[in-house]
Amino acid sequence: MVAGAEAFARTWATAVIGSSYVPMTRAEVAEHLQSLTEVLVEALIADPFRTAPGYDIGARLVEAHFTGTDTLGRTVQLLGDDLLTELGIGVDGRMESRLSALQGALAAGYARALRERTLAEQEAIRAAVLDARDQAETALRASEARFRAMFTEAAIGIGIADIEGRILDVNQALQDMLGFSVEEMRQYNIRDLMHPEDSGNVWRLYDQLIAGDCDHYRAEKRFHRADGEQVWTHLTLSLVRDDHGEPQYQVAMIEDVTDRHLLQNRLRYQALHDPLTGLPNRALFLERLGRVFNAVGGTTSRRAGLCYLDLDGFKVINDSLGHDIGDQLLVEVGRRLDHSVSGDGKLVARMGGDEFVILVEGSASTQDIVNVADRVLHELEAPIKIGGHELTVSASIGIVERPLEGTTAADLMRDADITLYWAKADGKSRWALYNPERNAREVARFTLSATMPAALERDEFYVDYQPLVRLADSRVTGVEALVRWQHPEFGRLAPDRFIELAEETGLIVPLGRWVLRKACEEARRWLEEFGDSAPFVSVNLAVRQSRDPELVRDVKRILDECALPPHHLQLELTESAIMGTADEPLEALRALSDMGVRIAIDDFGTGYSNLAYLKHLPVHELKIAGSFMEGLRAADEEDAVDAQIVSTLVQLAHALGLGVTAEGVETPSQAKRLHRIGCDTGQGWFFARPGRPEDIDHLLRGGL
Amino acid sequence: MAERPKWVPGDIDLERPSVARVYDYWLGGAHNFAADRAVANRTLEAMPELRRVILTNRTLLRRMVRHLLRLGVRQFLDLGSGIPTAGNVHEIAHAVDPTARVVYVDMDPVAIAHGKSLLADLPNVVALQADIRDPASVLGDPEVRSVLDLDQPVAVLMIAVLHFVPDADHPCGIIADYLDALVPGSYLGVSHSGGEQGEESAAVAEARRRYSEQVAPMVHRTRAELISLLGGLELVEPGVVRLPHWRPDSPDDVDESADRFPGFAALGRKP
Ligand SMILES: C[S@@+](CC[C@H](N)C(=O)[O-])C[C@H]1O[C@@H](n2cnc3c(N)ncnc32)[C@H](O)[C@@H]1O
Repeated sequence: MVAGAEAFARTWATAVIGSSYVPMTRAEVAEHLQSLTEVLVEALIADPFRTAPGYDIGARLVEAHFTGTDTLGRTVQLLGDDLLTELGIGVDGRMESRLSALQGALAAGYARALRERTLAEQEAIRAAVLDARDQAETALRASEARFRAMFTEAAIGIGIADIEGRILDVNQALQDMLGFSVEEMRQYNIRDLMHPEDSGNVWRLYDQLIAGDCDHYRAEKRFHRADGEQVWTHLTLSLVRDDHGEPQYQVAMIEDVTDRHLLQNRLRYQALHDPLTGLPNRALFLERLGRVFNAVGGTTSRRAGLCYLDLDGFKVINDSLGHDIGDQLLVEVGRRLDHSVSGDGKLVARMGGDEFVILVEGSASTQDIVNVADRVLHELEAPIKIGGHELTVSASIGIVERPLEGTTAADLMRDADITLYWAKADGKSRWALYNPERNAREVARFTLSATMPAALERDEFYVDYQPLVRLADSRVTGVEALVRWQHPEFGRLAPDRFIELAEETGLIVPLGRWVLRKACEEARRWLEEFGDSAPFVSVNLAVRQSRDPELVRDVKRILDECALPPHHLQLELTESAIMGTADEPLEALRALSDMGVRIAIDDFGTGYSNLAYLKHLPVHELKIAGSFMEGLRAADEEDAVDAQIVSTLVQLAHALGLGVTAEGVETPSQAKRLHRIGCDTGQGWFFARPGRPEDIDHLLRGGL
Repeated sequence: MAERPKWVPGDIDLERPSVARVYDYWLGGAHNFAADRAVANRTLEAMPELRRVILTNRTLLRRMVRHLLRLGVRQFLDLGSGIPTAGNVHEIAHAVDPTARVVYVDMDPVAIAHGKSLLADLPNVVALQADIRDPASVLGDPEVRSVLDLDQPVAVLMIAVLHFVPDADHPCGIIADYLDALVPGSYLGVSHSGGEQGEESAAVAEARRRYSEQVAPMVHRTRAELISLLGGLELVEPGVVRLPHWRPDSPDDVDESADRFPGFAALGRKP
């Protein structure tokens, strides 16, 4: 160990530490430098003298990473200044030159090593840069390949366009979807893909996206395919921005939903169309009708009309020829309807069964719809050939046409339905026009018939009596019982307002029975009060009553209960009630007649009586209809024909042993003439209007 | 494109200074380019003592690794490892135990490429390019998993790197994620630029400004902030201290300037 080397090494360490990083502790550095110092010292004194160790030390400094810029300078300086003195080596010329030589060699070795190290590190870092770039590129290529694969293989259509809308790329799925190649697509601008059915939204959002105001949106959009077909799609358009956030590209993802769309359409079509005729069904019709009312612009000054149509006698065809023929008939009718009313704003729908409806939107007047109805009726005139049958059909049509203002879809439907019923009731094979007055009447009728049963229970009915006067001596021999209804709402109602209704509903039977009882009670009272001069009561018997199997029993019971001798009761029947009947009612009449009840034919002469048959009937009295009396009314002159008819009827009646009552006697001249002709009894205003029983009492007491 | 996929590295632009290469230059290395040296020198002009600060940091790394080896740790996860240069972690570790395992992680692609070429023949050492702010992708990396045995203690090193992670990136959460994946007895070693409020000289502030603008934004943290970042760990003596005070090799290494050294160091143990 060379004395002083340790001290020198410490000084050396202090001089060089802190100019570059050396991975050693301070002590390790000092140790390292001391060993270098020892090498130096040996070299200084060695024989033969060699500079190589100096060179080597320079290199080892660099190796230990003493690479700071000051390191070499400080080292060389320190060697020159301190080494020889620290080591106690005499400074002579030989030593000085040896030291210089070692200093030079160390500097050269250091410079060489540092240069090599620097170059090596530069080389290494450049290689690392290349490696890193390679890596980045590989990764980028891999990522691009992945994206490319995603783009090409995607089942969803993807397209990319620049911000001007120029199409840059489209994937296979989109090419297949639209039927254009990439090259063809590149000729297009996004705006060329506009479809007339696009909602305004699609393109408004597009403008916002292009402007950078929104980043993506979804829409439903149709495209034209290359082959002219249409594609329904779900479209998602997204904006791609550059590093500065400026809009750069747009990416479209397009999913083909055509099948779903068509299926939906088909399902919707099926839900809204009649499978038999292919016509719109009730649901679609109601939807369209609703839309007429909800259309923009409100209902002001717009009109619409409906024809509600029903085949006449379709049930018969169906029942006799079978449903198959019936169905084919409906198909043909549907076809003809559709054919005859096609056009904008018109809709033919099958409502079910053999009912069809035609909606005419924006009609100018009622005549428009009437024309439609006429056309339809005409169209149906030609016979329809089905399976060897030649069928003739007709239809009844109810027409409603009016301004939309003030009405509703439900009103239109209801009124058309009612009107169809009128057309049927009026004789079929025709149209009827809705008429509010008629409707009001029918409503009233309906109300009456609906309230009648309750009215009977509440005693709203009462009976008036009109005298039947013997023309020979002007004595009241009988009275006709006439039922009235004191209606709480409509006031006093004459029989013509409700008897027919009661016939229809069947209420006539209890009502008639009630009248019969009332009249018999009254007759009984008169009998008690007026004895022999008491009048008989003449009670009308409706057709339905005359066919009531209980009739005879009812009459008998009432007579019994009132203790009224049968000849105080006369039953009036119309000609048709008697003539047109089968045996059974006749049996009843015979039984009544046998019982002693008088039977009269009311309104005689208005029907088509079989006069010959008359003689076999259990009838006692003919009441000649008031219409024959008109010609006999005037004071000065009489109608010869009327006079002749009445006279003939009287002779006929008398020949058959029947009495004759003339109805509708209004003037003294009539009364006189009728008496002269031979009528037995008169009835009419000339004698008395129908009145309360008390009025009859009065008459019986005081005479006419 | 809005966001580059994670597996595609960033651009490699030699005109842009890199944290790793600037640092290498300061250490006396030549793994750098003109642009790196220019900024490095400009920063040095503002703060001449910066070179010593940097060297001190690198010696701290050595001291800490050696201490961890003494504590028995044989696995190291060096986050923000920089360009391999004199005194790399694996060299320090292998001097003691050639079977020690080391993973280097850096987001600088060049640093990692260099690391890979140096380490190619070493079986227990790998370099991974990743962002340390994404612990899941670091810990989940198959190469990392092949080197580190997470059933054994690991020393996570964050030497001169946490100050590149602003609070907005939740450094606390990042640290927690790493430690949660490790067994008790693992360590976290940290060195971090910083000081107490108002202590920073105009020169240092200027150097930091130049560096932040031209290389990478840096955050200074106070001792208290650092203590809270390491919350939940048992601090190894002497706790959170100025770098030179952390287990110096020799009293000579601690001069009067040590108390104002612009950075802290600490080693914590997962209980
Ligand atoms: C100043 S160097 C420190 C190198 C080494 N740890 C030392 O102390 O000697 C910081 C390194 O951290 C890296 N770095 C910074 N932020 C990072 C991040 N978020 N993820 C990965 N590396 C990062 C930089 O690329 C640089 O190489």
